Amino acid sequence: MNRDWSTLWPLLWEAFGQTLQMVTIALLTGGIAGLALGLALYVTRPGNLLANKAVFGVLNVVVNIVRPIPFIIFVTLLGPVTLQVVGTTLGTEAFIFPLSVMTAFGTSRIVEQNLVGIDPGVVEAARAMGASSWRIITTVLVPEALAPLILGYTFLFIAVLDMSAIAGLIGGGGLGDFALRYGYQRYNWMVVLVTVAVIIVIVQVVQWLGNLLARRVLHR
Amino acid sequence: MSETVSESTAGATAGTPAIELRGVSKTFGDGDRAVRAVDDVSLTVRAGEIFGVIGYSGAGKSTLVRLVNALETVTAGSVVVEGTDLTGLPERKIRGIRARIGMIFQQFNLLNSRTVAGNVAYPLKVARWPKEERAARVAELLDFVGLADKARAYPRQLSGGQKQRVGIARALATSPTILLADEATSALDPETTRDVLALLRRVNAELGLTIVVITHEMDVVRSLCDRVAVMEHGKVVEVGDVYDVFSAPSADAAQRFVGTSMHDRPSPDALARLRERHPGRLVTVGVREGASSGTELFRLLREHEVDGSVVFGGISEVGERPFGSITVELVAPDERIAAFLAALRTRADVVDLGTAERPVDDPRSLLTEGGDR
Repeated sequence: MNRDWSTLWPLLWEAFGQTLQMVTIALLTGGIAGLALGLALYVTRPGNLLANKAVFGVLNVVVNIVRPIPFIIFVTLLGPVTLQVVGTTLGTEAFIFPLSVMTAFGTSRIVEQNLVGIDPGVVEAARAMGASSWRIITTVLVPEALAPLILGYTFLFIAVLDMSAIAGLIGGGGLGDFALRYGYQRYNWMVVLVTVAVIIVIVQVVQWLGNLLARRVLHR
Repeated sequence: MSETVSESTAGATAGTPAIELRGVSKTFGDGDRAVRAVDDVSLTVRAGEIFGVIGYSGAGKSTLVRLVNALETVTAGSVVVEGTDLTGLPERKIRGIRARIGMIFQQFNLLNSRTVAGNVAYPLKVARWPKEERAARVAELLDFVGLADKARAYPRQLSGGQKQRVGIARALATSPTILLADEATSALDPETTRDVLALLRRVNAELGLTIVVITHEMDVVRSLCDRVAVMEHGKVVEVGDVYDVFSAPSADAAQRFVGTSMHDRPSPDALARLRERHPGRLVTVGVREGASSGTELFRLLREHEVDGSVVFGGISEVGERPFGSITVELVAPDERIAAFLAALRTRADVVDLGTAERPVDDPRSLLTEGGDR
């Protein structure tokens, strides 16, 4: 048992690093792309700043088509594109690509929903002051919705962490792969439990940080 | 008051109307669901005046004011602001004009993510003021509205009245020549409303801004405005000096609004009770500026040896001028009362309400009662 763990700890540590790498990169790239997509969804909505039925309709349908695809299927479905973009369909980097894409689509809805809560009067006031649409997006919409956006991204972190558990499917490693390979498949429940504990700790820390940050920007 | 704040009058040249609406209509939606919010409105707002637009909710007044800074675009007609026709102007040019028109709102519409100072600085950032000048201007404006000590507070920490002061400071930041106030006091309690109205009066008197006030409260019009337009179903049904509209409202809507603000005439219910208490001849005598009907009344009572007692009424101010009426019970033989009334009628507006036995209805009381439709 002891000898077992002396080899397992470094593997767990490595898996932890891989998960963190996948989640961080997916959240950064997918998060930013999703912010843009979510803003586009919001401003092109009928009655909003850059209302455009056609653009909104297309974006809305695309997001609705992609989001319900089970992620495990999405990874394989996107394989040919991943091959073009990353050069391989195997390994951590190959997994980060579909993860980022799905993150972007998931983020877009969360961003859109949080923006809907903004008082349209504030946007009107900015328009009355002569602010351009781009200025209103960057200096009114995003700052005014910042607290719920932070909580939204915290929620996304956990969702992305969840999705990253199946990275092992294409040899992407990570905590999920570690728990399945060294725990589940070897009947070593201790490994599963320890991995779950690590994930719980990560989630708790991130949630705590998100709450703290959201409270601070609310100026309560 | 410092020099720079008062520079904001520079753009308003005497003679040119601040705002001209020519046959303006605005329709929302199309086909069967089309709603004509503003229907062929022509109005001129003179430079330097406080112009009220009153109407019930849904009368189109908020849409009308949004046509002035092109937050909404006209369906027909044209909007001319200080000589510039906004119709068909490209968005970039419109943005430049909007900077010359401040706007305040019922719900204040402050940016919650920014401090008070940040809110006031926002339009200056939009107008690309350098940072140091921005800070000085913000301090000056907060001083003007009496909130210098709240610069670093967030809107959430302010009361409604303070929020509206921030809104006013923000609207004045880029030294506009026109201020649009959309139900600016409707979310405030009566005392705070008075403070904000006093501040708007100062904005007009000290900075010389033309102010367009949208409201559903005739009291706001009475205490603040020089002229007023009454709107109903998208149309302007009456327009004129506030004093004239109060003393001789012609449109039904105008009469109802005057009734909500003036309670000097007895309602039919009150009149019935008055007749129970005072069986003699009741007359209502209007009190106006210039006409010394107050003193005339008592002089004539003495002269014609008629006993008179004041039973109802009120005299207050409309646009800082006296306005109101008093209702008196007259006790004397009929011929003396007739002679007295004949003499009084040459000097004042008299409404004969008859006696308890032979009552005469006040032609205006039906309309002014309560003010609700």
